[in-house]
Amino acid sequence: MIDEKAITDFIYLEAELLDTMQWQAWLDLFHPEGRYWMPLEWQQRDPVLQPSLMYEDLLLLKVRVERLAGERTFSQKPKSRCHHLLQAPRIVACDPTAGVYKARTSYIYTETRGDLLERYSGWASHEFVEVGDALKIKLKRVDLVNFDAPFGNIQLFM
Amino acid sequence: MAKYGQNADAIAALVREAEVHRDVYVDPEIFELEMEHLFPNSWIYVGHASQLGKPGDFITANIGRQPVLASRHADGSIHVFYNRCPHKGVKIASEPCGNTGKFFRCPYHAWSFKTDGSLLAIPLKKGYEGTGFGDTQANEGLSKVRNVVIYRDFIFARLSDDGVSFEDYFGESLSTIDNMVDRSPEGKLAVQATPIRYMHTCNWKMLVENQTDTCHPMVAHESSAGTAVKVWKREQGDSTETPMAVQLYGPFMSPYEFYEQSGIRIWPNGHGHTGVANSIHSNYSDIEGYVGQMVAAYGEQRAHEILGEVRHNTVYFPNIMVKGAVQILRNFIPIAVDKTLVESWVYRLVGAPDKLYERALMYNRFINAPTSIVGHDDLEMYERAQEGLKSNGNQWVNLRRLYESHEEQDVTAVINGTSERQMRNQFHAWSKFMTMNMDKRVEAAE
Repeated sequence: MIDEKAITDFIYLEAELLDTMQWQAWLDLFHPEGRYWMPLEWQQRDPVLQPSLMYEDLLLLKVRVERLAGERTFSQKPKSRCHHLLQAPRIVACDPTAGVYKARTSYIYTETRGDLLERYSGWASHEFVEVGDALKIKLKRVDLVNFDAPFGNIQLFM
Repeated sequence: MAKYGQNADAIAALVREAEVHRDVYVDPEIFELEMEHLFPNSWIYVGHASQLGKPGDFITANIGRQPVLASRHADGSIHVFYNRCPHKGVKIASEPCGNTGKFFRCPYHAWSFKTDGSLLAIPLKKGYEGTGFGDTQANEGLSKVRNVVIYRDFIFARLSDDGVSFEDYFGESLSTIDNMVDRSPEGKLAVQATPIRYMHTCNWKMLVENQTDTCHPMVAHESSAGTAVKVWKREQGDSTETPMAVQLYGPFMSPYEFYEQSGIRIWPNGHGHTGVANSIHSNYSDIEGYVGQMVAAYGEQRAHEILGEVRHNTVYFPNIMVKGAVQILRNFIPIAVDKTLVESWVYRLVGAPDKLYERALMYNRFINAPTSIVGHDDLEMYERAQEGLKSNGNQWVNLRRLYESHEEQDVTAVINGTSERQMRNQFHAWSKFMTMNMDKRVEAAE
């Protein structure tokens, strides 16, 4: 039985896996049909016919993860690291009978490489599905407060 | 100390037959001279008419260092102005786009202007009576950019009063824009999406050169496109259909021979394109219903002519690149000698299936976004070049691949696709438009 604490624990665990670069364990949190989405427009509704920064299925996320460790991935020499500072997630929906689980989490994300350190602020919206007894990510949506700013490289995951 | 200002010979000496001096990328004085000479002497992309759909719509842009403003007037005409109030110089419009209604109003003293730029009203107008205000430039309203050409809805402007005409400047190279527009069954493009913006800590010319550099994809993008191909081969299982994503990434890994045979076409004034006979855009899946629409609109032969043109990257010198086959325009906007804002725009083919628009948007975020792994590969190389060029070990950048002595300048030619001739072509134009008005000014000062 999934409860609100299970959702919150999941979100903290996800951030920890990213911060400790346990990429494979992070990919395992996704449902096979899961998506990772970073919109580019205000209150964006459509990831396909509106422009996005990212809209990736599991295949594309695997490509990213595998690339990070590649021998000829020059933009990861030196490697990037990241840090998530999360506010307590707000449970938007937790309805085991309907199988609907949603949460929204405000956060500050830091990505660093070499001597550079970049900070981003935004909200992560999670939608989960229950597989067996476990939650899996159906959609992780990342809305940056300054989604329309001209960023430099964002190489890891928020 | 200033080395290059008003010294056309010193600037011309930076560009040799097949080498350029590192100062073109790293010297702040050269950058300032580009802003003062190269950009005003060239025809610069301002925006697309579809961004100015109705009267009062406006967009803002910069040409070199100078802020400009384009607006749609009540009679449907489009005007380009310098974005400054004639009173105290305050910028009239501060947003990238919007609708100003019937007039622009300066936020400082409420001077107001019609959307054709003419002065509409000044508060306390009586205070100007008998002051000779009527004879001042301020009385004319917003200063107009006089040289504006709207070519198939693409708005270009040249700030210099004299220089090369639009037709002579672009010539045959406009065929790439033609092809992109013709890909719409209605012959019309529309900007509907926010551009993807990406800040590059490198000189703007590194980006422009990279558009026709065909010897880097299989090397620099092994990490991104190469990994995508590898993961797909492993994970595809029984799937017979290659996903759109893999179709977009895969061709970047084409071998040297592919690019050699694809060819490059050069044109006068620094324009040129890769992908003459073939390109990385050649083998995308057909989109259901699209070819039928095109045949209905243009006839069998013409439709296939249009769709058979698969040009890869067309450089419009100095600072845009157009990718007709996926309806993208990249604008390389110089900010500082080592800082460039890249705006990547997608045009929707009016009347064409949504799937084509989806593919163009996907291509843009896969390749041109700050979250793009392909983009990461490229930017890493530019940043390393910007650092490496500080080395005094060798102050020249080598552009000798497939160089032939006494190459003709300002000609049209089709050449081997791995040649660096298009880069040499660009630097010839760079030298020409940098120094074009310089000699005259020295004479005037004497």
